[in-house]
Amino acid sequence: MSIDKQDVQKIAHLARLALTEEGADQYQHSLSSILSLVEQMQSVNTDGVEPLSNPLEMTQRLREDIVTEENRRDAFLANAPLTEAGLFLVPKVID
Amino acid sequence: MFEQSISTLAQKLRNKDLSSVELTRHFLARIAKLDPQLNSFITVNEQRALEQAAAADALLQNGKGSSLTGIPVAHKDLFCTEGTLTTCGSKMLNNFIPPYESTVTQRIQQAGAIMLGKTNMDEFAMGSSNENSFYGAVKNPWNLDKVPGGSSGGSAAAVSAGLVVAATGTDTGGSIRQPASFCGITGLKPTYGRVSRFGMIAYASSLDQGGPMAKSAEDCAHLMQAMAGFDDKDSTSAEQPVDDYLANINAPLTGLKIGLPKEYFGDGLDSKVADVIMAAVKEFEKLGASVKEISLPNLQLSIPSYYVIAPSEASSNLSRFDGVRFGHRCDDPKDLLDMYMRSRAEGFGTEVQKRIMVGTYALSEGYYDAYYLKAQKIRRLIKEDFVKALAEVDVIMGPVAPTTAFGLGSKTSDPVAMYLEDIYTLSVNLAGIPAMSVPAGFVDGMPVGLQIMGNYFAEAKLLNVAHQYQQHSDWHLQIPTMAKGA
Repeated sequence: MSIDKQDVQKIAHLARLALTEEGADQYQHSLSSILSLVEQMQSVNTDGVEPLSNPLEMTQRLREDIVTEENRRDAFLANAPLTEAGLFLVPKVID
Repeated sequence: MFEQSISTLAQKLRNKDLSSVELTRHFLARIAKLDPQLNSFITVNEQRALEQAAAADALLQNGKGSSLTGIPVAHKDLFCTEGTLTTCGSKMLNNFIPPYESTVTQRIQQAGAIMLGKTNMDEFAMGSSNENSFYGAVKNPWNLDKVPGGSSGGSAAAVSAGLVVAATGTDTGGSIRQPASFCGITGLKPTYGRVSRFGMIAYASSLDQGGPMAKSAEDCAHLMQAMAGFDDKDSTSAEQPVDDYLANINAPLTGLKIGLPKEYFGDGLDSKVADVIMAAVKEFEKLGASVKEISLPNLQLSIPSYYVIAPSEASSNLSRFDGVRFGHRCDDPKDLLDMYMRSRAEGFGTEVQKRIMVGTYALSEGYYDAYYLKAQKIRRLIKEDFVKALAEVDVIMGPVAPTTAFGLGSKTSDPVAMYLEDIYTLSVNLAGIPAMSVPAGFVDGMPVGLQIMGNYFAEAKLLNVAHQYQQHSDWHLQIPTMAKGA
C-alpha cells in the first residue's frame, strides 16, 4: 500500500509532529512499506473472531475512590524548568 | 569475579570471603575500562552504588539479607529510579529525574541488590538492534562491529561483557530474548502481568513486560524471586500466586514433552542457526525429553498484527510527551500547536516518529476497523494457536531469531527487513505467554539463543528446563574475548 506525501503530512499533523519537506519524503517511503507489510492481515478471514486486547482477558480492576498518595508537590516540581510559589510556569501560548 | 554466578557470589559475601564494596568496586572498574567500547550504560551511579554496597555489607555482617544482597546489577533505562536520571534512550527525557521508583527496581533494591547504573536501550524500547538510542548505538561484546540486539541491548551487552552480574530488561516484541540471544546470555520474558509495569515508561501497554537478564537460568531465577508478584499500583498486574523459582530448578526432565513448531524452521531461518537449535533439542532428548512436531499456523501474521497493535498503543502512550507535561520543549513557540509539534519533532527520534505515525494512521477515522480491530482479532487466533499447542506439549522450542547478530547499520535503511528479525518472538507477546532465550551454541563466532516457550505463569518450569540444559552444556559460560583479562 502506498501513501502520498500529503497523507504523510496529514498523519504527522494528527500525531502533532512537525515534518520538514525532506522528512516527509523519507517517511513516505518507510510508512508505505510498513503499511504494505500490515496489509497481509486483510487476506485472513476473521469473521466471528472476538478481538483480544489483553492477553489474559483481564478486566480493569477498580479500587475505593479514596486518596492514597501523599502530597509530594516539591518532588514533582523538581523536574520543571520554571516554577514559582509552588506552581509550574509554562510559556504563554494563548493570547 | 565477573564470571561467577549469583549463588557463588552470595555465598562468598555471606562467608565474608568478599565484601559487597569490593565486589562493587570490581564491577565499576570493569565498566570504566570496557564500557567506552560498548556504550552499554547511559548512567553510572558510582557514589550511590558504593553507599548501597556499604549498607549491604552491614546487613550481611548481621547475617541478614537475601541471595541478591550485595550483588551488583543494572537497570534498563526505562525503569523509573527515584533521584537517578531515566531517559528511555530519548532526547525527550534527557533531563528527567523521576520522583518515584518503579516497582521492579524497588523490589530488587529491597532484596539488597546494588544498582550500578542505567543501561542503554533503543529509544522508548522501539528497535531490534539498539541503534535507535539518542545516546548512540550499543556494540556487541562478541564482535564490536555487530549489533547487540534491541531494545534491551545495553543490559545484554553489559551482562555478556561482565560489567554487571545481572540486569533488568523489558520485552514488548522480543526485546529481552533477542538481545540475550545475540549476546550469549540468558533472558526471561515472563507472562504478561507477572511482573509489575508500574514505573516502566510505557511503549505498548498490552505487550510490555519486564524480566531478568543474566548469565544463567539460575541467576534469572534469583532475580525473578524479587521481581515477580502482584502489585496494586499496576492495574494489569495478575493476582496469581508466585512460584518459588529456585525450589524445583533441579527437577529432572524425564517425560518432558517438547513441541517443535514447523513454522519456526522454514524459509528464512539461517541453516547454521537451525543446526545449533536442533543440536540443543537433541541434548534435551538425552535428558529424557520427547519431541513432537507441532504447528503454530498464524505465526506469519504476528508481524503485521504486532506492527499495528504496538504502534497504536505507542501513539497513545507517547501523546503525554508534548513539551508541557513531560519532556523536551522547543524554544520560542509561536502558539500551542507549534509548541506541541516542534517539541515532539525535536524530542523524538526517527523510529519513534515513524511508529507514532503508523499508530496514528491505524487508529484514525475510517481505518480503525481495517487495521486495529483486525489486528486484535488476529491476535486472538495467535493466542489460540499457543493454547492448543500447549495442551499437547509442556514447552515449545525454536530459534529466537532467524540469524545471529547482524552488522551495525546493515538494516537501518529498511524498516521491514529489521521488523522481520522479530518473526519468532512477537507472537509470544501477542499471546502473553512466558518465554526464554538460552545460549545454545555459536555460528561463525556469534552466539545463538534457543527459545523456550511455556504456558501462562509457567516461569518456574521454563527456568527448570533451561537450568537442566545449562547443567549439561557450557555455552552460557563462554566469555567474549574483549571481556577477558580486564
